[in-house]
Amino acid sequence: MNYEKKVNKLEGKLPERVKNRLIEKMEEEELKGQEADELIENTKKEYKRCRFEAGEAIGVIAAQSISEPATQMTMRTYHVAGSAQGVEITQGLPRLIEVVDARKTIKTPSMDVYLEEEYQNEEEARNVANEIRETKLVDIITEDRIDLLNLVVEFDIDKEALKGVNMDKEEAIGSLNKGRRKYEAELDGNVIKIVPKDDDVSVRDLQKIKNKVMDKHMKGIKGISQAVVTETQGMWTIQTLGTNLKKVLKVEGVNPKKTVSSDPREMEKVFGIEACRNTVLKEGHKTIKDQGLDVDIRHMMLVADTMTVDGELKAIGRYGIAGEKGSVLARASFEVTVRHLTDAAIEGEVDDLNSTVENVIINQTVPVGTGMYDVVYKPERSE
Amino acid sequence: MGKKYDVTDHVRVPEHKVLSSEEKEELLERFNVKEQQLPKIYHNDPVVKELDASVGDVLKIERNSPTAGKAVYYRLIVERK
Repeated sequence: MNYEKKVNKLEGKLPERVKNRLIEKMEEEELKGQEADELIENTKKEYKRCRFEAGEAIGVIAAQSISEPATQMTMRTYHVAGSAQGVEITQGLPRLIEVVDARKTIKTPSMDVYLEEEYQNEEEARNVANEIRETKLVDIITEDRIDLLNLVVEFDIDKEALKGVNMDKEEAIGSLNKGRRKYEAELDGNVIKIVPKDDDVSVRDLQKIKNKVMDKHMKGIKGISQAVVTETQGMWTIQTLGTNLKKVLKVEGVNPKKTVSSDPREMEKVFGIEACRNTVLKEGHKTIKDQGLDVDIRHMMLVADTMTVDGELKAIGRYGIAGEKGSVLARASFEVTVRHLTDAAIEGEVDDLNSTVENVIINQTVPVGTGMYDVVYKPERSE
Repeated sequence: MGKKYDVTDHVRVPEHKVLSSEEKEELLERFNVKEQQLPKIYHNDPVVKELDASVGDVLKIERNSPTAGKAVYYRLIVERK
């Protein structure tokens, strides 16, 4: 279209979304040549006015914009957790701290597992959920006992539970007899018998074997304790408690293009730093939004960008970004002052006073806003 | 099981492109920065492994931004220590 051509001449001057809306509006109003030019000119001017000027302390603004609503969260939500389907996931302030701190292990990691098109119905979704959810022996028995006379451990099979996870008795025995072990599992009617290989076992040993066997992995993917099937607008998805993204992506029926983990570190490992940035952004923003608070996403974007600039996820705080600042005084002003100063003295570190905190400390103009700039005199060269 | 998936196809992974050396020069000129001042990405990042790129290359990343529609970002490939 005519309009599109005009707008696309602005390559690099306006963001994609503003351009699209400009075209939309112009088509709607059927603007003529000059009017359209005027609109574009004004939009350009207005956009320029809306942008932050160089030197604006956007970091401080972001920090305050996130922290203020976060203080509201403390009061309201420490004890509320859990969504409708019984999958309890950390929310509110604890979750926000987890994300921003880039914790190695998060409290309740979870995954949103999306399904391929052919699996978009309840039955298939349940089947996939069964493939994913980890089943241990404890989950499929009703009773456990030790036969002291014959020195064997016995388990009564829970038929319903077994059916629920799509297994039969033979499969269960097969799973029990996998890997290195000190026993042999046998089937006797509806009872699983665990016969120790060692003839000379004490009751205590039997007790140990029993506990070990009850924890034996039977089916599914290790680390995933729950998998709940949900439907929203005709889309079947599985929400899990516990993550193992790498393995889940390889399960038949799972859509590997959309399935995500709530653990930014896991996303970094599997999909790279850019996906990790997106996850930090999404999780952070979602946490705030779920609390009914409204924080502009741009603040969260700045946080996510800062956490991932160096190619790996870094925490905001002593062990991440703040601990790696170039200036000694800036680091000392944050935490453990004395250690930073003594270390710097021993190494003969130089502080170039390039940033804010160090200049505040020595009572100089801080490089923020108009303070960013110096007057430079350039004498003309004589030819 | 044993199904294969493509990292670059994922919804959370934006498009990564390797810049040619001329494009890289132009970029550094345009922003008046040195190579080391660009954001980094490790050479063993899952996405970099899929691309035909080596340490020292610059990647152009076209992100889908909720505010701007599209946002362009650049990362320099560095070795992980």
